[in-house]
Amino acid sequence: MKSSGSSWIIGILLVPLLVGGCGVVDAFGGSDTVRVYSGRHYDLEEAFGEYAAETGVDVEFLYGGDAELRERLRTEGEDTLADVFMTVDAANLQVAADQDLLQPMDSDVVAGLPENIVHGEQLWVGLSKRVRTIMYNPDRVDPSELSTYEDLADPKWQGRLCMRHSNNVYTQSLVASLIYHHGYEGAREIVKGWVANDTQILSNDIVILETIAAGGCDVGITNHYYLARLLADDPEFPVQPFWANQEGRGVHVNISGAGVTAAADNPDLAVDLIEWLATDGQESFVYGNHEYPVNPDVEPPPVVREWGTFKEDTLNAAEFASLNADAIRLMNEAGYD
Amino acid sequence: MALTVAPIAIVGLGVFSPSIDTWRQLWEGPLPDMLWTTAALLVLVGGGTIALGTGLAWLTTAYEFPGRRTFTWGLMLPLAMPAYILGFVFLALFDYAGPVQTAMRSVFGSNVWFPDVTSVGGVAIVMCLSLYPYVYILARSAMREQTPATYEAARMLGDSRRAALLRVVLPMARPSLAAGSALVMMETLTDFATVQYFNVETVSVGIYQVWRGMFDRETAVELAALVLLIALVVIGVERLLRGPARFHQRGAPRDIERVALFGWRKVLAVGACWAVLGAAILIPIAQLLYWLFTSPAVVTDMSRGLEYLSNSLGLALAAAIGAIFFALLAAGGARFSGRSFVRRAAHLVTVGYAVPGPVVAIGVLVMIGWVVSGAASNPAGLVLASLTGLVYAYVVRFMALAYGSVDASLEKITPSTVDAAHTLGANPSRVMRQVYFPMAGAGAAAGAVLVAIDVLKELPIVLLIRPFGFTTASVWVWELASESRWAAAAIPALLIVVTAMIPIAFYLRRERRSRGSAVALETRLTTAGRL
Repeated sequence: MKSSGSSWIIGILLVPLLVGGCGVVDAFGGSDTVRVYSGRHYDLEEAFGEYAAETGVDVEFLYGGDAELRERLRTEGEDTLADVFMTVDAANLQVAADQDLLQPMDSDVVAGLPENIVHGEQLWVGLSKRVRTIMYNPDRVDPSELSTYEDLADPKWQGRLCMRHSNNVYTQSLVASLIYHHGYEGAREIVKGWVANDTQILSNDIVILETIAAGGCDVGITNHYYLARLLADDPEFPVQPFWANQEGRGVHVNISGAGVTAAADNPDLAVDLIEWLATDGQESFVYGNHEYPVNPDVEPPPVVREWGTFKEDTLNAAEFASLNADAIRLMNEAGYD
Repeated sequence: MALTVAPIAIVGLGVFSPSIDTWRQLWEGPLPDMLWTTAALLVLVGGGTIALGTGLAWLTTAYEFPGRRTFTWGLMLPLAMPAYILGFVFLALFDYAGPVQTAMRSVFGSNVWFPDVTSVGGVAIVMCLSLYPYVYILARSAMREQTPATYEAARMLGDSRRAALLRVVLPMARPSLAAGSALVMMETLTDFATVQYFNVETVSVGIYQVWRGMFDRETAVELAALVLLIALVVIGVERLLRGPARFHQRGAPRDIERVALFGWRKVLAVGACWAVLGAAILIPIAQLLYWLFTSPAVVTDMSRGLEYLSNSLGLALAAAIGAIFFALLAAGGARFSGRSFVRRAAHLVTVGYAVPGPVVAIGVLVMIGWVVSGAASNPAGLVLASLTGLVYAYVVRFMALAYGSVDASLEKITPSTVDAAHTLGANPSRVMRQVYFPMAGAGAAAGAVLVAIDVLKELPIVLLIRPFGFTTASVWVWELASESRWAAAAIPALLIVVTAMIPIAFYLRRERRSRGSAVALETRLTTAGRL
């Protein structure tokens, strides 16, 4: 039953695949190609195109979620085609490092970058910085009222806060950093304080900013570049950033970063691409999304430049990444959605 | 058959070594809430789609009002609107900063009350609107095929229309309604994208939380087994509701005698149809078009869009053909052997429909790993493996739809036909080719339509398995939506909706041409719903 009549059907089955697949297969030119699994997809094509033009090395990339791509990397093992694993937060890079999916870069360029954004053995490196800070509506909040993430647990903020869902990795990283600084119990009290203030939990940063602008809440916590993006479209957008914890450890900074996969076919090309992104390619890599460069020699993008400088929490991203699972458990316990 | 169960089994084996600690932690933490939320959502969406689907079906079957003929097929179109697209449009319109609440504030002042849209209720409305067509299609078919004679008898015996509806039509349609709502609940259960927009934490969301945030794949898989268990409960309840009753159709399907509506009843009927169509498909499309024309960055690369679309179409086609092929093998084989345990086993092939996409995807990734280990030196081989794997995963996931369709049409093949063929000297493979394949053709076409639509809309599997450089329209929506670039996501979203309407239109045309002779899509859905 299986033998007869099945071959032609399998033939038909494969036709669309071959047609669809041809374009894909053609892309694999030769060894002068470096392949990237990327959880980041902010107009990366531009930066990669520039790199190809400068070096003659093509960049192939596959977008996906950070965790999904890491899982795929793990499942593919030695067979993976990916040379570079790129994510939009530190936690998944660190987990990839823990699962032996990355190899050391041994690069002088990487060694020259700020310590807090580089893995101790150069298994991964941050390539752009995203600041998760307090945003407020200047019509309803005097910035002198604001101070720290911890202070938002104070009852004076009752009914005035908007924050992001606990499923979001940015929320998880921020809470993980609180665990690092205050211990598990201390961090839980803070998060309980947020919950006690009837904080509205919204599903993404843009909605938080739009709700603040519309008067639905006074203060929120979001990544800085979402505000930059809204301001780029509408310079009058009525929300201002406030750099949190400037009197203490500094504002919470997460990274978007990359590492070379353990099974890379072209580890040298991979390191070269990452070095380029950290130096000559910084501008095209970070500017499109209004992020802060990791390279001190590169100016921040125009929209965020006028926000001035700030003190940042220099906690190594690996530290809060390792506390990510605890952060989720903590938010569950504290009743944070 | 083993092929379609394998990926789920691979992943599912983890269930036998449960991580007790994590489970205890989950049980003391979010799990009870998740279970309640899941149950509440299932009840709301199940009940809502039954009410909406059955109501509209009765309205368009038993009454005459302006536009009825158009509504009859128009009300199937929301099948083309993925819940996750409807969800983000709904949120953009109704959240605090959206136009509706802003307008209300400007009229009634800033303290005007508005229900919380990011809630179980909000997501239930969205899911009802995008899933009710399953029930609508089935209910309509039941009303046309099974009840006219009995209904007319009841009327003649003096029942009012309402009494006849309650005492005859609905009880007789019960199996179809149960099957339709089982399909709906299966889709609701395995959804994880729409619910996340609405901050609603179902068990499927829990799988994601555990897997992505706590980096614990093993526990995630065990949670997936829990989802499967809930699905089995749903199926069990469906069986109970269906009861032992089976109502066979006699003669060709026909409409019962329609009553013309006048006055406010007419206005109400027309209004109800427009309201559902408007909310489920017209307003969302209008909003997407608005974004399309007002967002500056949108109209950049249509050529890329066409490439993604052709990828989507190729994939949908391949998956539809693949699913139908295996459905024929499984359903035909089961019938062929004539043993009941084989038939029961054949039903197992449909289990993928009750398993969340990412679980199927990981299983298939593991299998691809086995098949191509060592192929890294030959990227083209891996690409092909990965595309084949993608189709394979879809076959596993959506087999229930194809199997249901094919099985229903094979049911029409009488043993005497097969015996005759044997008597005339045909060997088994010849009987397969010359009796079963032609007879199953009609069922295969409708099954293919259903699978193709679902593949066009599907996201987690294609995201996880696709090879380098292979992007589909749904992946494109995700890339933009995950950055909150709703406006830019309008193009691919529209592409998906319009494309998914093509198979529906194709089916409707075919249906109209061969009215009565082919097995109706509805019957096939019924069987799919029974898994």
